[in-house]
This record gives sequence, structure tokens and C-alpha cells, in this order.
Amino acid sequence: MASPCAWLCSTCSKWVKKMSKLIRGGRVIDPASGLDDLHDILIDGDRIRAIGPPGSLEEKSDTSFEVIEANDLWVVPGLIDLHTHLREPGEEYKETVLTGSQAAAAGGFTAVCCMPNTKPVNDNSAVTDLILRRAAEADLVRVFPVGAVSQGQKGEMLAEYAELKEAGVVAVSDDGQAVMNSQLMRRALEYAQVFDLPVISHAEDRDLAGDGVMHEGVVSTRLGLREIPGAAEDIMVFRDCSLASLTGGRLHIAHVSSGGAVELVRIFKARGVRVTAEATPHHFTLTDETLENFDTNLKVNPPIRSASDLAAIQQGLADGTIDAIATDHAPHSTIEKDVEFDYAAFGMIGLETALPLTLRLVDQGILSPLEAIAKLTSNPARIIGIDLGRLAPGLPADVTIIDPKREFTVDVNQFRSKSRNSPFHGWDLRGKAVMVLRDGIVIFAD
Amino acid sequence: MQFRKKDLLGIKQLEPDEIELILETAETFKEISTRPIKKVPTLRGRTVVHLFYEPSTRTRTSFEIAAKRLSADTFNISASTSSIVKGETLLDTARNLEAMNPDVIVLRHSAAGAPHLLARHVQASVINAGDGMHEHPTQALLDLLTIRDKKGTVSGQTVAIIGDIAHSRVARSNIWALNKMGARVLVAGPATMMPHYLDRLGVETFYNPEDVIPEADVIMMLRIQLERQGQMLLPSLREYSRVFGLDEKKLAKAKADVLIMHPGPINRGVEISPSVADGPYSVILDQVNNGVAVRMALLYLLKVGEKDE
Repeated sequence: MASPCAWLCSTCSKWVKKMSKLIRGGRVIDPASGLDDLHDILIDGDRIRAIGPPGSLEEKSDTSFEVIEANDLWVVPGLIDLHTHLREPGEEYKETVLTGSQAAAAGGFTAVCCMPNTKPVNDNSAVTDLILRRAAEADLVRVFPVGAVSQGQKGEMLAEYAELKEAGVVAVSDDGQAVMNSQLMRRALEYAQVFDLPVISHAEDRDLAGDGVMHEGVVSTRLGLREIPGAAEDIMVFRDCSLASLTGGRLHIAHVSSGGAVELVRIFKARGVRVTAEATPHHFTLTDETLENFDTNLKVNPPIRSASDLAAIQQGLADGTIDAIATDHAPHSTIEKDVEFDYAAFGMIGLETALPLTLRLVDQGILSPLEAIAKLTSNPARIIGIDLGRLAPGLPADVTIIDPKREFTVDVNQFRSKSRNSPFHGWDLRGKAVMVLRDGIVIFAD
Repeated sequence: MQFRKKDLLGIKQLEPDEIELILETAETFKEISTRPIKKVPTLRGRTVVHLFYEPSTRTRTSFEIAAKRLSADTFNISASTSSIVKGETLLDTARNLEAMNPDVIVLRHSAAGAPHLLARHVQASVINAGDGMHEHPTQALLDLLTIRDKKGTVSGQTVAIIGDIAHSRVARSNIWALNKMGARVLVAGPATMMPHYLDRLGVETFYNPEDVIPEADVIMMLRIQLERQGQMLLPSLREYSRVFGLDEKKLAKAKADVLIMHPGPINRGVEISPSVADGPYSVILDQVNNGVAVRMALLYLLKVGEKDE
């Protein structure tokens, strides 16, 4: 990042662009303040200095400024992904903190939360430190590690949340390994409150899911693939919401996939229980009908479900039951995916397709632009308790500039991610991040 | 009419006239198997590889006899005696086979969709000889041929499929096949072995076999896999046999000209009593006999048909 117009910050040891930037003429969408209007944004170094009506900010800058023309573009807070798998340490052949950060930046994100199911599991400060050091070396997006609920994600003993919190985790989750023991889940929801950490639930009754590989419905009946019923998710969402109600703990339901889970979250929210929820682009875009060709890139957990589940998720996004859109970016190599469907690993990548798939919901009239951006910025920030995801003077200049009309064909070979496991290859999508700034530094431009 | 598909992956993708063509062709091949010298030169110089990831006696022998009677060179690879046990993936095995230019690969695999994966990666024609719980298309075709032989036509027959529907590729392929050819399909079996939404596949579902037996022109009994006992699906084989097995007592309520079918291998005394399996209504060995003709027809249509284009 070093250049003639940059200086080394003495407190954070990062290169910072000295020159101011003026993002001019864009449609600024800032859900936290409700702003959706043509505005200019003035950035001074790593901070937002001012936001104002077009043409009002030129005189405020005391140094020369670089102008970023944003006519016909959306200017939004840097996107935040609550649910990413960066695979480092342990499975660097699938993804690293660096390549995952590059993929995130290219997708318009300025921050990602990385799940703890690395090898070894992120249940201690050594692993958290390693991830954060790699993130600092990459110097692209902010990386917020999520720690494990239980030691080794084994579902037996609580991990050391104090140590994890001090090291920098923003939440705890046994993602990928549902916490089957209700007593342990209760204790996690209690103990995490001491450190103001949300508990992220991968809601799946593992006995009921068994060795299933897809949603239980007419398609699984046709294909003869072993099934994972929606009830496997509903049961655990009900249990975890009940435990959140009992303990007062802060619960976040990851990757909601079933209509029943949407309904349960809606009910418990209405009762005042502290529960939030996310949905992934693949769960609000695809149905199980797409599995007819046995494409292993469509094998995900929780599975892609029926058209009625899809409709319920879209409704949940529209009415606010589902707070956030998160990718569940889960890189796998051809070793895990170029095999029989039964043997393939669960997961698809999503960082580089999440934004255009979200904008499809805007095109379809399901979300307003303000609502769609909120689910990628201010809401995820609120869920993990960080003061980001909004545009205001004095805040870090994390800004994503989107061309909502840019049309492109998804080509997995162009992805920054190290992995290629996306079922959206070949899809014609619209809407793309064209410039991404973190701390006022351009980390991606297209 | 020509058969224009590269592969036979399932019945689901076949049109009724394609099924008709296969059955007609099979009829003409039957005679070869009755000759003293059971061999014609039709596929001389062609190579057929039988790649079997699951144990099989009947299906593999049937395929091999079919290929040999058409003069093809055949090779058998089974999971227990090959590089598969050394951890080679299906695609690597396929690429290595492909390098030796086979004309047809017949695949039996425990994972649904494995033949579809293979077919996308090889030039050779792929025939699905059973993939997981998904499809067993040649079984359904030989069943159609058997019904046609005995009843004159498939259309208008009422066929009852009884047993473990959920785990049965034979049931799935037969549901597609019978529907396409105009039969009425009833299924019966324990609720634990009955997949949801079967009605949307165009079949009528029941639990008790006695509800379907009196109406059936054809009864297909399915094999119960003995290891299902440990999977919370049924309390005991004893109870299964008593309620869902076909014995003389239940058969007494059937039509006078009913056909009893079973894809084999049978568990005598479990899903079918010995006296029924060996009795006058049973066409189980006719099914086996028709299997050779159907597989000869498929090899012919996939490999000789293509020359005409």
C-alpha cells in the first residue's frame, strides 16, 4: 500500500493514504441512518469526514483530494459477512485467510466473520491470533474470528470464552457440528453473556439428519438420495430459542433453510427473546429441484429445500424476521467435490456472488434497496456488536461502491477464491461491487 | 426409429416410444438364447467393461452373457479386487478405463447419481446397472418385458409393488416405467419404508399389502435388506414377514391369473414364502431369462444404432 501519498501510521503500523477522497454523485444508501439519496462522501485518511448533499463538501477538504465519480452508482457501507469459512489453519489447499480476503473484497465485503471449524479448531487464543496475524498480513478486509462453543467443537465442555474474547473473537459457534447436548447449549448461552458474545447456532438435530445428503421432499423421493427433513432444523431452532428465553442469552440462528425455522424465529422474536437470524443467498435463490443432475456443488448443509421453504425465507427477509444475509462461503477443492454425490463434502462458496443474488431480491420487489443493504451491513454489525456497517463522520471509511446495472456472467475461473465450488457458474447476474474501500484504502476496484 | 441416447442412466429420462423400441428389440433377441450356438457377430470387436462397486451375481452375469452372445469382448472389474480398494476415485478409474477405449461401461454403484457422473466424463456409453436407491433401469425393462409376455400388454394392468419402497431402486425404476407404459401402480409397505410424496410420482400408496393384493394383476415383491433391522425401521424380520411378506394365505385373495414377480435375490421366508416363490403364479425365473434379452437389446441399440447416423 506504500505510495508517495501514503504515510505509516505510528499507532497502527499501517500504510494510510494521506490524500483525501471525495466520492461524488453517488446514491448513498445508509440503512443505519435511513439515508437513501444522492450525496457526496468525503474521506480523510482512514476515516469518513463528512457526508452531505452533492457539491457541498468540496470546500471542507483542507488537502487536495482525489475524486471518485459515483454517478449512477450506489455508495453503501462496506459489506459484512457473518458466516465465512477461511479454512486456515489446516486446509490451506481450499482457501487461506489471504485468498478468502481477496474473494471477500471482490464481492464487495470489507469484513468477514470466519467460522471456527479449522484444523485445529479455533477454541483458543493461539488459533485466533494466527488468523488475525494472517489477516493483518493480507491487509484487505477486516477478519472477525468466531470461536468455538465447545472445546474442539466436540459438544462436551465449554471453550474458554474469556481467552477467546480477549484474543478478538466476536461470537461463538460450533458451526458444522450442531450442539446436540441441550445442557451444554444452555450453559453456552449463559456463560457467553459474561463476555457479551452471541452464540451462533447451527441448528440441526444430528440424529434426525442422520447420514442424509439432501432435503427430504418429492425430489429426494425421486432421486433416492438420503434425506434431511426440515424438522431436523425446526426442532433445534425451537430448542435454542427456548434456551435463549430461559437464559436471556443472545442467540443467532445461522443459515436458516426451513420454513418452520422462519416461523419459529418470528414467534420467539415477538415474545421478546433475543434471537436474530441469517439466510444465505443459495437458500433464498435455489430449490431442491436443481439437484436433479446430482451437481455436488449443490450439496450443502443445511440443504437447499423446497419451493415453499424458499418462499418462507423470502417472506422472512421481507418482514425482518431474518435480519442478515450471510454467505456460508465454504470452499472445497475438486478432491471433495468431483466424487459421487453421497461422498461429496457439504458446502459452496458464496463471497463473490452474494451481492448480485441479494440484488435479485430487490429486482423481484422482495426487498427495498435500503432493506437489502441493511442485511449486508448494519444488521450484521449489530448482531456481532461492532460499530461498523454504517456511514457517519468519524467512523472508519469502509465503503463499497456498487454498479447495480453491471451485467456479468458468473465464471468460477475468474474467482479470487482458491476454490471453484459454486453452482452459479454460468449464471447471468446483475449488480457488482466496482470499488471497495477499507480504512479509506482501495482494496478492490473493477 | 433409432435409439439416440449415448447412455442409459435411468427410466426417468426415457420416452414411451424409446421403451417400446427396447422391448421390441429384446423380443427379437430372445431367439438367439434358444439356439444351440448362442452367439451372433453383432458386436464383434466392441469392448464392454463391467464396473461393479457392489456385489452382484444375477445382474453382472446377465450383462456378461448378453455381451458375449453378441460377440463383444467383456471385462469385469469389481470393487474388492481392483485399485478401487486402494482408494482410487470413480473418476480416476473412469479416466484410466477411457484411455483403453471401451465402447460401453456398465456401472453398478452404491451411490445415487454415480452413472451420471461417469457419463459426463467418458466417451463410452454408460449403462446404469443400479445406482444406490435411485434407479435400476434394466431391471424395470425386463419386468416390463415379462409382464408383456404374460399379459399381452403393460397398459391397463394394475401392478402392486410391496415392501421396502424407500430403499429400492427397483421400485423407483418400475414406478417410472409402469407409469410411462400406462399401468396403474399401487405400492404397499411399512410407513417407515415408504418415502414421502410418492403420490406425486403417480402411484397410489397403502400400508397393508392386503389392501392391494386383491386388485393386482401383477404383484412385485421387493427384497428386504436384512441389515434394516438395526436401523429403527422395523422391530423384527419376524413381524415384517408376518405383516408384509407374501404367503399362501395372502395370495389366496389375489386374482386367479395374478403374476408374482421378485427382482431377486429372494429372502425365502421373509418377504416371500418358498411355496409362493416356487408356485404356479411365480414368473421370477422368466424375469431372469428376459434380463439377458433386454441387455442384449440395449447393447445393440446403443452401439449399432449409432452407426446409422
